[in-house]
Amino acid sequence: MIEIRDLTKRYGSFTALDHLNLSLEEGVVFGFVGANGAGKSTTFSILATLLSPTSGDAIINGKSVIKEPKEVRKQIGYMPDFFGVYDQLKVDEYLDFYGASYGIGAAERKVLIPQLLELVNLTNKRNEYVDLLSRGMKQRLCLARALIHDPKVLILDEPASGLDPRARVEMRDILRNLKSMGKTILISSHILPELAEMCDEIGVIDNGKLIAHGNVASIQAQLQGEKRIVVKATDCLKEVREFLEEDPLISSIDVMDNRLEIAFNYRGTDDDQVALLKKAILANLPIYALSEEEKDLEDVFMAITKGADNQ
Amino acid sequence: MMERFYNPVFVKELKLRFRSFKSFSGLMFYLAVICIFIAGFLLITTEFTGKGFFKPEISFMMFAVLTILQMALILFITPSLTAGAISSEREKQTLNILLTTTQSSTQIIIGKLLSSVAFLVLMLIAGLPLYSLVFLFGGVSPSQLISIFLFYLLTVVAIGSIGVMFSTITKRTIVAMISTYGTIIFLGGITAFFFFLSMAFNQMGNAVGTSTSYMAYFWASINPGALMLTLTSSSMGDALVQVSGVELPVWISYLITYSLIIVICLTIAIKKLRANMKSNR
Repeated sequence: MIEIRDLTKRYGSFTALDHLNLSLEEGVVFGFVGANGAGKSTTFSILATLLSPTSGDAIINGKSVIKEPKEVRKQIGYMPDFFGVYDQLKVDEYLDFYGASYGIGAAERKVLIPQLLELVNLTNKRNEYVDLLSRGMKQRLCLARALIHDPKVLILDEPASGLDPRARVEMRDILRNLKSMGKTILISSHILPELAEMCDEIGVIDNGKLIAHGNVASIQAQLQGEKRIVVKATDCLKEVREFLEEDPLISSIDVMDNRLEIAFNYRGTDDDQVALLKKAILANLPIYALSEEEKDLEDVFMAITKGADNQ
Repeated sequence: MMERFYNPVFVKELKLRFRSFKSFSGLMFYLAVICIFIAGFLLITTEFTGKGFFKPEISFMMFAVLTILQMALILFITPSLTAGAISSEREKQTLNILLTTTQSSTQIIIGKLLSSVAFLVLMLIAGLPLYSLVFLFGGVSPSQLISIFLFYLLTVVAIGSIGVMFSTITKRTIVAMISTYGTIIFLGGITAFFFFLSMAFNQMGNAVGTSTSYMAYFWASINPGALMLTLTSSSMGDALVQVSGVELPVWISYLITYSLIIVICLTIAIKKLRANMKSNR
């Protein structure tokens, strides 16, 4: 469905994208992860036919972004990381304008717009002015706009950035819905857990190079190495700490007295973790929760890139 | 068939334009200026008595001054409507989305230009009843009025194209605005200065002062004010023929020059709209 070949983009002496190669099947949800400025938005801009690459090409559903940009535009729905809306325009007029911009007939638009508003839960906002909507609603409206010409591929640049948790969950539900409709979806984010829940494949980009590509679990393991685990106890933190210190797979123990929590780094496998939990329960420790701490990808990134520099 | 000529940007721009207070106040300002001028003119010529003769010659003079005034107002208002066409979309971060739709660059630019022109045409039509007061006193023919309005239209489209072009090639609206007003000052003011300069230069060379000065003619022919003067009174046109020695009527040169401006500016705007893409279509 999507074939990126040796894609390179240079701005003067700065290389934003360095011979990027990527191939995606139809119906895949692909998460593009990388620190800010790693090249995610540049890649997406090229795919959205807004930017010409310095060299290389990208083929979307058999059409080249360089040779047939107009054909590519029919295949893709693009949502930029930052976007504005027209004030003085109502929600349904907003969609009507973009529908017309894709050459969809007036009668067809009339049928389509209520369906799209239904899909993104904005039916009751139909007659409101677009600039009065909340950020989450604007984001959903923009997604509806990207879908108006029924594209095969969706390119979403940081769709969840700046959203509150509730809006994030809503956005995720919509994307899950779209996935079930068979769309190929590309999402970028700088937070790995955000993508992990909904992506089939993940690609990690750093300094314009794709440094990893695969399914979610393998990438997460590859990037994180050690897990950070938090245990919660109702009491006896001292005893819990002593118990943990005995395990050779555990390091960097932090006790948070005020919250009755202990966090530590764990090198073991999932099976080791099961054994640890069993042992703790048998030792009669008042532990009521043991969970993996979600790491912000940028922290992991900082560590990885720092390591690469030192070598 | 209707769908073929349906321009989404045009329709959207019109909708947005007529919903904003700015358009209403602009229209009001325009009509107010013309009203004040006509009322003042009538009062002065009747010496504030409201009674007296109003000769056709005076009516004609009012017509001539009104024509120049209206041209000045058009030159003043057009940039504010067109110089933000593309750059304001860029500033509001709506341009990228618009460029990923299947609309061609030509469609977007033409839609933007036409919506501004449509508003200015409305303005001209709204002022028509006031303008028609001159017919009440005679001295002006309807065909003269029609030709003047056609040249207004040409000027509006040309200045509009210049505004849209600057709006496309500059990143910010304020820069586009300044550049467009700069161009207008050049066309309306500096050309007049050059005209007199080249006239003086020509007369210096020839004591008799009857030789041909293409330079002087050129500067006069691209000046909207000069065009309006020759259109309102044929004696002005004759005078120009006499001093410059070029027989070709000014309106023909004006038509050619301004058509060229439209074509060149729009071509540049269309080419530069998707500046980050190598192939522009």
